[in-house]
Amino acid sequence: MSAVTAPPRMDEHPIAPYLRMDRMPHIWCPTCGIGTVVKCFATALEEADVDLDKIAICSGIGCTGRVAGYMKLDAFHTTHGRAIPFATGLKLGRPELDVVVFSGDGDLAGIGGNHFIHAARRNMDLLVILVNNFIYGMTGGQNAPTTPITAKSSTMPFGNFERPFNLPHLAASCGATFVSRWTCLHIRRLTKCMRMALRHKGFRFIEVIAPCATLYARLNRLGGGLELMRFYHDNAVIKHGADTREVDIGYQDTIVCGNFVDEERPTFLEAMHDHYEKVLGDRYVPMPPEGGWIHE
Amino acid sequence: MKSDPKGVLTGVHYLDGDYACGEGAMAAGCRFVAGYPITPSTEVVERISRRFPVMGGTFIQMEDELASMAAVAGAAWTGTKSMTVTSGPGFSLMMENIGLAAMMETPCVVVNVQRGGPSTGLPTMVGQADMMQARWGSHGDYRIIALSPQSPQEAFDLTIDAFNLAESYRVPVMFMMDECVGHMTEKVVIPPAEEIDIVPRTLSSAAPGEYLPYKVNGRPVPEMVRAGDGYRFHTTGLTHDERGYPVMSAECQQLNVQRIVDKIDRHTDDIVRFDEEAMDGAEVVVVAYGITARVARMGIELARRQGVKVGFLRPVVVWPFPERRIRELAGQVKAFVVPEINLGQMVLEVERIAAGKVPAVHVPHAGGGVHDPEAISKAIVEAAR
Repeated sequence: MSAVTAPPRMDEHPIAPYLRMDRMPHIWCPTCGIGTVVKCFATALEEADVDLDKIAICSGIGCTGRVAGYMKLDAFHTTHGRAIPFATGLKLGRPELDVVVFSGDGDLAGIGGNHFIHAARRNMDLLVILVNNFIYGMTGGQNAPTTPITAKSSTMPFGNFERPFNLPHLAASCGATFVSRWTCLHIRRLTKCMRMALRHKGFRFIEVIAPCATLYARLNRLGGGLELMRFYHDNAVIKHGADTREVDIGYQDTIVCGNFVDEERPTFLEAMHDHYEKVLGDRYVPMPPEGGWIHE
Repeated sequence: MKSDPKGVLTGVHYLDGDYACGEGAMAAGCRFVAGYPITPSTEVVERISRRFPVMGGTFIQMEDELASMAAVAGAAWTGTKSMTVTSGPGFSLMMENIGLAAMMETPCVVVNVQRGGPSTGLPTMVGQADMMQARWGSHGDYRIIALSPQSPQEAFDLTIDAFNLAESYRVPVMFMMDECVGHMTEKVVIPPAEEIDIVPRTLSSAAPGEYLPYKVNGRPVPEMVRAGDGYRFHTTGLTHDERGYPVMSAECQQLNVQRIVDKIDRHTDDIVRFDEEAMDGAEVVVVAYGITARVARMGIELARRQGVKVGFLRPVVVWPFPERRIRELAGQVKAFVVPEINLGQMVLEVERIAAGKVPAVHVPHAGGGVHDPEAISKAIVEAAR
């Protein structure tokens, strides 16, 4: 197990050792929530005392899609929506890796929705952190599959009328074995949740509601980032173990947070190993943890 | 280095091209395959899914071809040799992540057992109409390598070459079979593992703090590392510098994209491979690949009986195309005749290279069957006039 490269210095940010500081400043707008989620994740990595050399992080495209690029880990900035299948290849190609997918709502639930449901169904051993800002941020505020009904977006200028996804319910109903939702305001709870998720096996899903002051709040005249955080403070309700059917998010309505699902079920690889050991016995040759026939 | 005996089914077999391709992949060291069922390619993954559990490989049937290609690119970055298998409609879906693999310089193999298109076309019947898509199908400027086997034996042999080329040039390699070769059953000789040459992954020996993922040290391609070895590297589909960091500028675009194009273009002579016969004094040269190369031999024979001197050139590596040789021949012969199971694809390449010196006569076939050899011989005889 290897620690981070160097202990943090007094004159640098405590999570600087987890970041590619040579890529700072980042591209996120002032009061964007993504940086907070990254801070929580880096803190969770530190607290969970995991081997950083064995963690790979994968992002798709979009504002949150930039996270992989800022984390000082083996990092893959892939195509739009395909972070989960790319991560699946990383996990199956070298099973000893812990693979984290960090991306946005448009990326993972919109264009990548099919991959999301199938990875959950397989209980693929991935930690998926989805930052939901209710909108396509990078491209300028278009409607997302998470935009609440009546909220305005640049492609629903008269307000959205499409029913959005209830993402925790989608993940849970497809078979995810760890499902949570928090907001950017819940820094300690989110960090603790990430720490738990890092230790859990299988498909783990954390939705983080995050402010987009530049687009979502501006298009909907909701004020700045601070006003959105105040809104979370006044309207987030913590209900651990809540029935995920009841955690829909309406426009400027209650945000139910908590750890909703936390159960054990064989992961894709565990199920595969168990099955082949049962049916093939000694003939079964599993792929080694470090990968298949690596010849250097 | 030599192959791992675990993946090599040494012996004399009676196999179809799809099975032989699967065996070739395993002999080449492939240990990860992600695929989605599609006729007429499915037998390749059926073979592999039966063999992998007893030899240390993992097969996963993904939810679609977008996912299959993404998973293959991901697995390739762990050092595990990886492949996916499809046919036309799936090939179209794979184009997105073939571009990613090209941009990230990811070695992998994409098998396309071609059927009739466009769209759903002729699922169970032959076509060769994805040849240009193999070369140009993803957006932007990039290069790939493509091979085309004419028999089950070549489906085995050339799949190994496809993996070796992928490693040598850090590029996705397109394995352009066709339904006829895929479903044709013939004798396939699989040699002992110690007779199979494997190009291993060139892993960097740089220290983690000093490694730059896209720095070329006088080699055709940069050295790779594997996820999980402590390098904490970064790679992206965005235009990037030597560190693998995105740089949004015309200068970086020029350096990045020019290099992934040059690494193939400047080594074309090392990559190109073709067979030829009867070129001495040939009036007409037939250029054909895949199943059509075998049909063309009959057409050539019929034309020779009518007194025409016919040479034959068969590209084995179809991309890059044997440009230098075609250019030489263009100064010596009266015409090229190019039969292929499409309405005009590789003939355009012959025509471009011949550059108006001599005609490139296309013998089209829209797909669903192979040429009547007489159509080919007729074209040869007319071209010789």
